[in-house]
Amino acid sequence: MLHDRDRIFTNLYGQDDWGLEGARRRGVWDGTKKLLELGRDAIVQTVKDSQLRGRGGAGFPAGLKWSFMPKESDGRPSYLVVNADESEPGSCKDREILRNDPHRLLEGCLVAGLAMGAGNCYIYIRGEYFLESEQLQGAIDQAYEAGLIGKNACGSGFDFNVYVHRGAGAYICGEETALLESLEGKKGQPRLKPPFPAACGIYGCPTTVNNVETIAVVPEILRRGSDWWVGIGRPNNTGTKIYSISGHVEQPCNVEEAMGIPLKQLIEKHAGGVIGGWDNLLAIIPGGSSVPCLARPVCDSILMDFDSLREAQSGLGTAAVIVMNKQTDIIAAIQRLSHFYMHESCGQCTPCREGTGWMYRVMTRLVEGRAELEEIDTLLDVTHQVEGHTICALGDAAAWPIQGLLRHFRPEVESRILDFKKRQRAAE
Amino acid sequence: MKVTSYRQGEPGDFVFTAETKQRADTVIARYPAGRGASATIALLDLAQRQNGGWLSNEAIEYVANYLGAAPIRVHEVASFYSMFNRQPVGKYLIQVCRTTPCWLRGSDDITGACLERAGVAGFRQVSEDGLFSVIEVECLGACANAPMVQINDDYYEDLTPERMAGIIDALRAGKAVPKGSQSGRMASAPAGGAKTLQNLPSRDAKTGKTDAKGDGA
Repeated sequence: MLHDRDRIFTNLYGQDDWGLEGARRRGVWDGTKKLLELGRDAIVQTVKDSQLRGRGGAGFPAGLKWSFMPKESDGRPSYLVVNADESEPGSCKDREILRNDPHRLLEGCLVAGLAMGAGNCYIYIRGEYFLESEQLQGAIDQAYEAGLIGKNACGSGFDFNVYVHRGAGAYICGEETALLESLEGKKGQPRLKPPFPAACGIYGCPTTVNNVETIAVVPEILRRGSDWWVGIGRPNNTGTKIYSISGHVEQPCNVEEAMGIPLKQLIEKHAGGVIGGWDNLLAIIPGGSSVPCLARPVCDSILMDFDSLREAQSGLGTAAVIVMNKQTDIIAAIQRLSHFYMHESCGQCTPCREGTGWMYRVMTRLVEGRAELEEIDTLLDVTHQVEGHTICALGDAAAWPIQGLLRHFRPEVESRILDFKKRQRAAE
Repeated sequence: MKVTSYRQGEPGDFVFTAETKQRADTVIARYPAGRGASATIALLDLAQRQNGGWLSNEAIEYVANYLGAAPIRVHEVASFYSMFNRQPVGKYLIQVCRTTPCWLRGSDDITGACLERAGVAGFRQVSEDGLFSVIEVECLGACANAPMVQINDDYYEDLTPERMAGIIDALRAGKAVPKGSQSGRMASAPAGGAKTLQNLPSRDAKTGKTDAKGDGA
């Protein structure tokens, strides 16, 4: 288990003051000027050496992403955009950083901004997080006043501005190009890539979009060195991670743990175990609603990191573990997710706009069993028609939960249909 | 896709108050010159707050005019995002999270308790006393504190049907209700208290520098 001394988010639960005084007490803004003096190349190199992978779901190497930003400006300013539009069902980790440790995020913004040559930063926070945006704004005001950001930030000679931008309720705005559209004041409909944001992002300027957690851990990696970070977890899956554990556990919670912690240990040590005991576990969704579920036998030994979960045909996503015990109607649980994706589809691409509604309607009939056995294969076929045929990954995300259900629980679905037929015959 | 019915409430002329104007201008100043359109969402939010929780056509067109944008550009934003209400709502808008993590912990019962106690027959209706409207929404991002609802700007977490009914009763009686977890736990720490962060290395109170290595498990 991770030692407390290796935990970065020491105010995860808001035990301490979220403001500047409390943050300094916890080691935030400690020697930030020195970190900035390392210079752009050294910071990017350290982040590359740390093998830090993005915490927003895709797990793209952060240092590599930063290195795509132009070294010399062609007259256009560069932007850092922080994705705080946390809306993935199961995921509630960024909220704790935003409300309980906003200065850690701001320090990360400054360091990351320097490392990519971006003098302006927008933090796009989901509109529903009202209290969080107020506290974040409070922290920004404190940081300006203390000279930590703004002109000559931390006395480094680097000018850096941070602004909060509130969304208004749209899951799709967590997709980086939809987020940029929304930031420009439009509907949040994803853009085609290329051009990638590093070449042409917000207002047509070079932009890097990073998750809150990715940015917030960077100063600590620089202070303690990439070796420290690499020493936690497994190669290519390094460092610490905030896990959100929800659903059928005794004590749902957020907790910062090492990457690659065994799932069973995570649930039993931190979340008080599955309701009804480990043997009462039916399935888990390991990384937020967009990744396929895993059935019980896999759960016994699986490690919680990017590569391990990908090998198991799922994904780490945002490390939001949704636990379902044997009292769960798993078909109804996935049908709820189908409703979610239908509601959140932006309507731009036909396979997703039409497919998500179609899949939801079939899933609704499957919950009841009112279907033919052949329709299971038709449904599976449609998920493959949607997957990979849309501008953004929402189509994939809508398809995968259903694919996961049919991979692990097909007999369940079949018996639901047969039971329904039996009841129907008996009624006739 | 957000489904919007275009049933309209009573229209009326809409203008920003001096205070809203000031707040609107503060927001617009966050964006580069000529990029005022970026403030569309924020201005619609301000307009909705001033208008008692919903956006009339007049309010939307006022915002468009304020930003020098084509009205359709602002209309399409107002109809895209789920936080903009296109018809009147009660003084307290109760948004019940219905997505799987909350559903697993009983969100259907919370919805039932809301409808019954608020005295409305269905979603988006306004109770007779004008105090409450109830809607179901998708994931609000507080899954470790499920089930939960959002009432206006605030989250109420770790609910039971009884706790939910109690909140509605208190709001109706004009009493203050504590926000956040209703089970008394600290944020999203495990019920019964945090199991981590108990053995942090001691730090200098001012500089935050560590002088000893903690060895907590």
